[in-house]
Amino acid sequence: MSRRNDLESILVIGSGPIVIGQACEFDYSGTQACRVLREEGYRVVLVNSNPATIMTDPELADRTYIEPLSLDVLTAVIERERPDALLPTMGGQTALNLAMGLADRGVLAANGVELIGAKSEAIQTAENRERFKKAMTEIGLACPESGFAHTLEEALAVGESIGFPLMIRPSFILGGAGTGIANDRDELVKLAAAGLAASPITEILVERSIAGWKEYELELMRDGADNCVVVCSIENFDPMGVHTGDSITVAPAQTLSDPEYQLMRDSAFACIRRVGVETGGSNIQFAVDPRSGEQLVIEMNPRVSRSSALASKATGFPIAKIAARLAVGYRLDEVANDITKATPASFEPTIDYVVTKIPRWAFEKLPGTPDRLGTRMQSVGEVMAIGRTFPESLQKALRGLEQGRAGLNADAGEAAYDRLETDELLERAALPTPERPFQLEVLIRREVPVERVAEATGIDPWFLHGIAEIVAARRSLEGAELAALDAGRWLELKHLGFSDAQVAHLTGEREEDVRAARLALGVRPTFKTVDTCGAEFAAETPYYYSTYEDEDEVRPASRPRVLILGSGPNRIGQGIEFDYCCVHASLALRAAGYETVMVNCNPETVSTDYDTSDRLYFEPLAEEDVLAVIAAEQEAGAGGVAGVILALGGQTPLKLAGRLPESLVLGTSASSIDLAEDREAWSALCARLEIPQPAGGTVRSIEEAREVVARVGYPVLVRPSYVLGGRAMEIVYDDDRLASAMAELAGFDAVSGGPAGSLGREGGLSAERPVLVDRFLEDAVEVDVDAIRDRTGEVLIGGVLEHVEEAGVHSGDSACALPPQTLSGETIAVIERYTREIAEALGVQGPLNVQYAVKLGQVFVIEANPRASRTVPFVAKATGTPLAKIAARVIVGATLDDLRAEGMLAPDAGWSQTGQVSVKEAVLPFSRFPEVDALLGPEMRSTGEVMGIAPSFGLAFAKSQIAAGTPLPDGGTALFSLADRDKAQGVLAARALVDLGFGIAATEGTATFFAAEGVPVASVVEKVGSNGGRGRVELLDLVRSGEVTIVVNTPKGRGPRADGASIRHAASQADVPILTTVAAARAAAAGIAEWRRFGLSVKSLQEHHAAAGGGEAFPPQS
Amino acid sequence: MKGSEMAASPVRHECPEALLVLADGTVFRGRAFGALCAEGTVATGELVFNTVMSGYQEVITDPSYAGQVVAFTYPHIGNYGINAADEESDHPQVRAIVVRDLVHRPSSWRAEGNLEDYLAAHGLGGISGVDTRRLTRHLREAGAMCCALGVADEATLHAAARAEPGTEGQDLVGSVTTKTPYRAGSGPLSIVALDYGIKRSIVAGLAAHATVEVVPAATPASEVLARHPDGVFLSNGPGDPAALGGLVDELSQLLAKVPIFGICLGHQLLASALGGSTYKLTFGHHGGNHPVKRLANGVVEVTSQNHGYAVAADSVSGADVTHVNLNDGVIEGLAVPAMRCFSVQYHPEASPGPHDARYLFAEFVRMMQGAA
Repeated sequence: MSRRNDLESILVIGSGPIVIGQACEFDYSGTQACRVLREEGYRVVLVNSNPATIMTDPELADRTYIEPLSLDVLTAVIERERPDALLPTMGGQTALNLAMGLADRGVLAANGVELIGAKSEAIQTAENRERFKKAMTEIGLACPESGFAHTLEEALAVGESIGFPLMIRPSFILGGAGTGIANDRDELVKLAAAGLAASPITEILVERSIAGWKEYELELMRDGADNCVVVCSIENFDPMGVHTGDSITVAPAQTLSDPEYQLMRDSAFACIRRVGVETGGSNIQFAVDPRSGEQLVIEMNPRVSRSSALASKATGFPIAKIAARLAVGYRLDEVANDITKATPASFEPTIDYVVTKIPRWAFEKLPGTPDRLGTRMQSVGEVMAIGRTFPESLQKALRGLEQGRAGLNADAGEAAYDRLETDELLERAALPTPERPFQLEVLIRREVPVERVAEATGIDPWFLHGIAEIVAARRSLEGAELAALDAGRWLELKHLGFSDAQVAHLTGEREEDVRAARLALGVRPTFKTVDTCGAEFAAETPYYYSTYEDEDEVRPASRPRVLILGSGPNRIGQGIEFDYCCVHASLALRAAGYETVMVNCNPETVSTDYDTSDRLYFEPLAEEDVLAVIAAEQEAGAGGVAGVILALGGQTPLKLAGRLPESLVLGTSASSIDLAEDREAWSALCARLEIPQPAGGTVRSIEEAREVVARVGYPVLVRPSYVLGGRAMEIVYDDDRLASAMAELAGFDAVSGGPAGSLGREGGLSAERPVLVDRFLEDAVEVDVDAIRDRTGEVLIGGVLEHVEEAGVHSGDSACALPPQTLSGETIAVIERYTREIAEALGVQGPLNVQYAVKLGQVFVIEANPRASRTVPFVAKATGTPLAKIAARVIVGATLDDLRAEGMLAPDAGWSQTGQVSVKEAVLPFSRFPEVDALLGPEMRSTGEVMGIAPSFGLAFAKSQIAAGTPLPDGGTALFSLADRDKAQGVLAARALVDLGFGIAATEGTATFFAAEGVPVASVVEKVGSNGGRGRVELLDLVRSGEVTIVVNTPKGRGPRADGASIRHAASQADVPILTTVAAARAAAAGIAEWRRFGLSVKSLQEHHAAAGGGEAFPPQS
Repeated sequence: MKGSEMAASPVRHECPEALLVLADGTVFRGRAFGALCAEGTVATGELVFNTVMSGYQEVITDPSYAGQVVAFTYPHIGNYGINAADEESDHPQVRAIVVRDLVHRPSSWRAEGNLEDYLAAHGLGGISGVDTRRLTRHLREAGAMCCALGVADEATLHAAARAEPGTEGQDLVGSVTTKTPYRAGSGPLSIVALDYGIKRSIVAGLAAHATVEVVPAATPASEVLARHPDGVFLSNGPGDPAALGGLVDELSQLLAKVPIFGICLGHQLLASALGGSTYKLTFGHHGGNHPVKRLANGVVEVTSQNHGYAVAADSVSGADVTHVNLNDGVIEGLAVPAMRCFSVQYHPEASPGPHDARYLFAEFVRMMQGAA
């Protein structure tokens, strides 16, 4: 067997926006698949709605559709492109579900499209729990006792026959949404109802709960000749009961003896064969009873997954890349092992290190959510660390999380546990939360026996003994003088993963001094290679991790290197967009003849693919680790490190600006970065440039905050400096709220887990990190500008984006349009001029993002960041100008003229001549956090974004809403409940919807206002909780009834507003689109109107870009 | 250095510092454990690395490792302790082990003790804290070589390493073969297994299908044939096949008279009896992840391997090559259908390792049944 020559064109479906449970890993897999298929000479057609992905770069496919991932869109693309095959296994659950939908609709058969990688039958068997369980029973594998239920009555009957506790899992769901453990009948009723609603086929599995059992995963590959291999085994630190995406996991499996491991392997092969995944990767989860070794099969994913991305990074075996080759006919033994080049892929990687993955959560951004981990995945990102031992990799991972912790305690953050009684702590540690590893360390340090901790938590003693080693070493250091550490003791600490910062904390010294002392003793990290084979064969690929051993493997270099610092684990506010920028930097610089070195610790990403850069260091982005990489590369010869790029990885690398040797920081200088961040200096700069800013000031206490308010008046925007994604930003309308906002910023309470602690952990309020209090401009239009200034001073305006939501909604959560839809040419000219002046004044060399608010024609500058912004990929996709690549080249010294001469920058490149409108819409995680108010505000809470491209704003907005999963309705009733200040504008939106045939329902005040303005209100609804009767409709009933098809509810500031919150909650639970700004409501009305006129049409990026500037009309397609 | 001198620093200093010195003079530092903690106790042997991530106990007790010191590439060794069921013979066969991290507190419902105590109880030990990756890379380039380790000075250890004869030209079978015949299994077919250092899991694999009589390696062909077996099995074992000419001569007497199945050393001896020759690999195959292609159907088996010698390509003109190693092309399987004999270089019984090749035992049964 080898390449299938009967296929010419292959359709690949991406996974859409980043959501909890589906993140960068599918950009990594999709990108690998597209590259491989094109290398093999196939014509690749790609559909994905997420513009911040590498896979949607127009170079990666022959036809790239940035279009909503809906069956209608895919049908249109299939009819237009006529692919021979569809590869559905690279885009997560989303792509798999869409492929099944296309098969069910008959679209695949009608167009002669073959499913490759996994057939319908196999997908059905793996995904439908009833069929899966039956299949496993047939081959003699045990699954937990269970039964399926399609109604509440069935759920109760099944549940009572098995006995409590029970696990409830809805069928066909993503990331475990709607799953939970029921301990009694009441909990079963509640969970079953939610689960049935969450399942697209209204089916749940009610099964014996095996919480507390050990959990394992095997990552497998199978080829068309039935060759199977295990790529990686993974053991969860957290026992069953915590979603694997929310568990700390370790590779390889640690506590299985070989007979047990081989039994699991045999079962996994039997499973993949029975399910019938013909080619590609699959992931199979097992539960193991720690008392008897009994093994149960929990589930299998017949596709690449988050775990397979982790396994690929953990072993160096690129699962998605090889899966793509297998899908087009190759066998494992026909594919070379990329790392050794000399051996085939038909083997099982063996590793000589330990990999630890730790999820990162965003509970601090979702107030009201208990930070309890369970069967429903809640994390937004993850970090991976490699060490020679478990303790080393655990501590490296903890510092890679960038949550202000230097490792497993032994830092300022541990003080939070001091006042907790041991019994209380043990009780807390029994519940899985993000705090648990730190609690375990404290418990063991307080000499609670490992056996007792193991019993309380269900965590295997093996892991706890690893923590105990860390504890023992830490104890030996307490009260010690730094001078007492000789090289031997240093090595012992480093072997257990202790950071210089931890040693500094324990010895009462400064981190710099500790590091200097260590280096003076010659204790420095060695870098080892990830090579798939435990060093049995020579590795061709320089993929490194640090550890403290005898031998260093960094190979000599032939050219000067540019280091690119990545963005670390995904979090809200910093995710795939920055990885995109880093990857582009590497590609652009490699093409320009530089050798690139990537430093990052996020296993999901394209940047940590060993193919992306010339060298990859899988390391935390902490000062110590980055300095060590720089030192290693300096020693690798050939001119050493030419410089370090900080401006493309978001706030993470930028924070290191002042910590790295100044001469190595490429592009904008550390002092310019500081100038933009330092509120007072920045205000002075704006004043000098005569650029208006909202009035405000910098405060360090509540008293100072009151003084500023006295001067500027309410409402004010309160925000900390040096944070990303609007962390803890708030619009404050009164004194009470001002006081509580300031208290939250100052607070530090990691143990309570309340919102107060989260910011404290990131540094809290201090003289170095003051709070900014500014007059908040109500009803202003917010504008984002992405620009690049080169060393000669020329400024390229990459794009001007107008936000759909007004100022006050975080730019990351707001929909925005390019080109702007309501700004006058004059205003845009002012904005462009200000941007150039700011770029010049800051001495920017590289990317710059400036945010403005426009109120009544006056332009105010809100802030400027001399780094790539979240919108860079969107702008690049909208305009066809490769902004991130240009930025990278400019950072290392190219001029825009040079890039024009090379052809990277089109001579007539301009953001406003795109010939179509692009709308970016944010995707929010509220459906996963029922406790959280589905409200937009200055604190960013979206996890991802989608893009809609169309000839008009209305159509592009409508597309963006479909892509975001909340398509606009075509009729029904629009429910309005507006804050007073929004009522006047709300009338315009309501009128537009009435013209489109919508009925209007409104809460009393809004209804009265509308009626006075002549808008017909069909029903006036009761506010929540009032049961006055009087013939009026209960609001929540109306939302739940299905009559309401769209909700427009604008809040008054932030804070508990019971009414609004419960309306939004009901709407989000009922999947009714909810708009929390009037501007969005008007955009929706325009979208509905135009959608009716023109309907759906699709067009590839390649066609858009070819047409851009040429003014070619958008050819409507049907 | 004495233990008392280490007390100043309380972190994991229970064991004295030790050295591992290779015959070429390369030195590795670590800490002794088990019986090697005693100052002046030195272990020597041919040093090989093994890449399995689980199954250390099976490796340590595999008689094929007689005369060798095994370095594990996976850093944590001892995670799940030791238990009687995983022993491949009744005691550890290695001379010593080299690890990055020796786990003292195992965790497994199967554990009956920890690895260090187990080794110490048999008078053995090893060295931990070694940069085993550096060691592996060194052996990969320089080839398997002799070593010495213990709490002793470098010069002493270097001399001991150089004095160690290694495996080349060595007959180590005599030291591991059974002294007296024994039986296992109860099937209607009967197999005589020549024990060159047989693993228990091989005996079990054969006994699942037949009555097996395990006999000393030196049992003459005439005595084997006098038992009228349905088949003869040639086991795995340690050392250099070229040093076993006497065994090969006896084997030649069995060819074409009875179905024969050989594994590992048994494969090399069968090839020798068929006129083939063997050679020493640079660093051998020791692990559980080697891809082997079964040429009859093109299927790839992930195999357990443990050999330092291999059959020279094209040296066995009368035999079909049935299996090849996809990493380096080494002959992994031979068959002479006319003589009803076949053999594999790798370990279908696994233990430790994947079960992909267990079909070979059934194949041997079919061959014997065809003969019956």
